Amino acid sequence: MDYIDYYKILELDKGASIADVKKAYRRLARKYHPDLNPNDKTAKGKFQQINEANEVLSDPEKRKKYDKYGQDWKHAEEFERAGEQRAPYQRSQGRQSRAEDFSENDFSDFFESMFGGAPGGSRRGQSKFRGQDFNAELQLTLADVFKTHKRTLTVNGRNIRLTIPAGVENGQTIKISGHGGAGVNGGPNGDLYITFSVENHSKFKREGDNLHTHVDLDIYTAVLGGEITVDTFDGMVKLQVKPETQNGTKVKLRGKGFPVYKKEGEFGDLYLIYKILVPVNLSAKEKELFRELSKNHKHEN
Amino acid sequence: MRTEHLIPVENLCSQYNIEFSFIDSLHEFGLVQLTKVEESRYIFPEQILELERMIRLHYELDINIEGIDAISHLLQRVDQLQDELRILKNRLNRYEPG
Repeated sequence: MDYIDYYKILELDKGASIADVKKAYRRLARKYHPDLNPNDKTAKGKFQQINEANEVLSDPEKRKKYDKYGQDWKHAEEFERAGEQRAPYQRSQGRQSRAEDFSENDFSDFFESMFGGAPGGSRRGQSKFRGQDFNAELQLTLADVFKTHKRTLTVNGRNIRLTIPAGVENGQTIKISGHGGAGVNGGPNGDLYITFSVENHSKFKREGDNLHTHVDLDIYTAVLGGEITVDTFDGMVKLQVKPETQNGTKVKLRGKGFPVYKKEGEFGDLYLIYKILVPVNLSAKEKELFRELSKNHKHEN
Repeated sequence: MRTEHLIPVENLCSQYNIEFSFIDSLHEFGLVQLTKVEESRYIFPEQILELERMIRLHYELDINIEGIDAISHLLQRVDQLQDELRILKNRLNRYEPG
């Protein structure tokens, strides 16, 4: 556990007044407050540090103890035993961040070692707080999210039956209201945010609701045309190939792509890119026929 | 109108210990939608999360209603951009997996 320089965090020198501390706290809180920096873990961490520094430096008793023993925090216990009766904690600032953003687990070990745990108190007397929001990640495969399905998750010891809509995207987050941490003083529960990590092990590349894949095509079908059978994400389909199809030709199979999120029965498109295979291990007869074709072709040109 | 799914603004003010005038100003700025039923004002539950954020911005960070209005627009824009970024990252993964 390392010493934390609260003055440095609030960009203050040791002679700063309480008013300076408040001013510095407000300035930095406006910069790093989680409400103003959504999904930014760095800002959230910084805000927690600022809050902690403010807890200490704006409270004369805590600040005195910190100034005296901060660098040598391991001796803080002796300071306690020396007869200082620590008053029950009260926030010196009028308002602090909600429980959701700044739960007691977010205080540093250093703070807890010196001041015996996270501060209590509340924004105004016995205000009710929403519980902490929980974040979870759910690993799924592309096949999992092709169809709407139900799944039971265990989050903080509670089982949650969840419907995962078809078409969920990699990195998408959904909110399950009321399944976060319990509220404080009768406040409502927090919410549970689930981020989907969708892994793709299939031969199909996904781009939004559309799928893309390569299809091998033998040279004879490419030249003469014909019927082939191709894989789509949910089965095989028959397809007519036009004569004289070129390598890299792209065809669209409408409605054979990925389900559109929360639009039951709607699908994106499947794009097939033909990869024409040149025959190998030709027999003498085949080579002869190709030579003939070649001569014929040169002659006609 | 049935009110069992609505939250009385009066209860909200007492729960969060805030002044009615603050909610009223948010309403005037179009930042929250209130509905009136038999002389009482109510808020829709789906707006609570947003309202809590505005309460924090105002009471914790001293941001006035005009500032909250501007921030709300910017946060919506950030949200859209984050969505766009996620989609583009997924698209980029097609060409540069891992």
